Amino acid sequence: MNDLKSVRNKNRIADNIKDIPKSGIRDFFELVNTMKDVISLGIGEPDFTTPWTIREAAIYSIEKGMTSYTSNLGIMSLRKEICKYVDKYYGVSYKPENECIITVGVSEALDLILRAVINPGDEVIYHEPCYVSYRAEILMARGVPVVLNTYEKNDFSLDPDELEKKITPKTKLLILNFPCNPTGATLSQEQRERIAEIAVKHDLLVITDEIYSELTYENRQPTIASLPGMRDRTIFLHGFSKAFAMTGFRIGYACGPDDFIDAMMKIHQYSMLCAPTTAQIAAEEALKNCMKDMESMRTEYMQRRNVIVKHLNEIGLKCYKPKGSFYVFPRISDTGMTSMEFAQGLLKKHNVAVVPGTAFGACGEGFVRCSYASSMENIVEAVKRMELFIKKS
Amino acid sequence: MEKEILRLLTKNARMSVEEIADRLSTDSESVAAIIKKLEDDNIIKGYIVVVNEEELEEHQVKAMIEVKVTPDRSQGFDNVAKRISKFPEVTNVYLVSGGYDLRIEVVGQNLQEVALFVSSKLSTIDGVISTVTHFLLKKYKQAGVIIHNEEENERLKISP
Ligand SMILES: Cc1ncc(COP(=O)(O)O)c(C=O)c1O
Repeated sequence: MNDLKSVRNKNRIADNIKDIPKSGIRDFFELVNTMKDVISLGIGEPDFTTPWTIREAAIYSIEKGMTSYTSNLGIMSLRKEICKYVDKYYGVSYKPENECIITVGVSEALDLILRAVINPGDEVIYHEPCYVSYRAEILMARGVPVVLNTYEKNDFSLDPDELEKKITPKTKLLILNFPCNPTGATLSQEQRERIAEIAVKHDLLVITDEIYSELTYENRQPTIASLPGMRDRTIFLHGFSKAFAMTGFRIGYACGPDDFIDAMMKIHQYSMLCAPTTAQIAAEEALKNCMKDMESMRTEYMQRRNVIVKHLNEIGLKCYKPKGSFYVFPRISDTGMTSMEFAQGLLKKHNVAVVPGTAFGACGEGFVRCSYASSMENIVEAVKRMELFIKKS
Repeated sequence: MEKEILRLLTKNARMSVEEIADRLSTDSESVAAIIKKLEDDNIIKGYIVVVNEEELEEHQVKAMIEVKVTPDRSQGFDNVAKRISKFPEVTNVYLVSGGYDLRIEVVGQNLQEVALFVSSKLSTIDGVISTVTHFLLKKYKQAGVIIHNEEENERLKISP
């Protein structure tokens, strides 16, 4: 019998995967899981159950036996609904036949587009603090991640001048995520226009991850894809997870010029075949009949945001009022603790979970992410405990 | 703001003035003033509790009664409806379209009490032509509240 050691020799795992660190959120997650009765503001998904009509549509489709594969690109009627929706709310029109693909969440769409356009060594600019997957996804697609920091003084929005400084002849791609996870930052129309000009000037491709775009507490913003010269160089990523509280359904989509979609479709066809049929049917129902549900969830998020921002500032954790997503990103550095010390201390002493800012990039040091996708009761109690924690420390 | 306050109170009449103020990024005084005005203007008529009677030791009997009425030449259904509304055992009175005219809800200590009310008080009112009484067997949802909660699904405690 071969002993395990020799079978599991050090060459079993590919180098580029071995070198990718596990998500910073992972260790903290393990710690939280060892504890009981935790009030968590660490959750990156809606606390609402998926609206009943959506669940019912899914159940009904199973009853009818709609359980076979769909076309690789996804169900045509869903693609049509999506293109109608994107045109109406984001101001760009795409053809459902060849400019739209249904994926397993934005997660898969992001993976597809990165693999579809990156040649080894291409540089990809993304802004931090950001969603935990970007860096790893770029690496797995054999690209070179280039970080652009965002700062509290700009409400974590992206400074176009700073962006321009990061561009080299090897820069191929820029990833944008506004409203942003974890900061809640948004772009002003002026910033969006400046970024578009830069993208055109330097011939960059742009991925815009608009997963939180419905959760914008002023007017919903047009997408950067709608600006002059941008449609043909932008891939628009969106999905149902956040706005329709459908994280577990795993449905996302990409809209973009047909050569992008075609290349993404090649990968998707061989690796995924199609997104789950039941979930696609549910997503169609969401767009057709659940705008009211979405709007009432948004109203609730907005009011919770107002409450949590006020209470955090009152206890001395400074945070600006973000205009989108369901996160606030208060500064905790005045307590003298690092983000990790703060999060661990708060968890161990007061059973409240928040995510250390460093999980989202090095420049998240000094901050923590608090999700308000949690009941008002939890939010108010969690902030109370934070106050106790700060006072005693 | 008035509309939003009304919406919040409709969902939870016990929501504190402070919470409403924080939610709407305003101060408690303004919220209190608006609520007072809604009450004074006869827009907010009362605050009620949704009770799961099954959990109580003794529960009352409830009935929904369909009432056919001859409308009055000048007052329509108003006279009869107002008259019925005066009885304390009557909790709700609605004028509805369809096969009958008034739908009323009645509570009593027991079946006999409700039956007596229908035969001696309700049917004898001038203008009431006929009644059909439905006794309430089980309540599933009231005022937007599902009475028997499903088990809650637990989310991950930390997610990206
Ligand atoms: C910015 C961002 N992009 C993408 C995703 C993944 O979304 P999906 O569920 O559509 O894969 C998330 C989820 O947290 C996110 O925050």
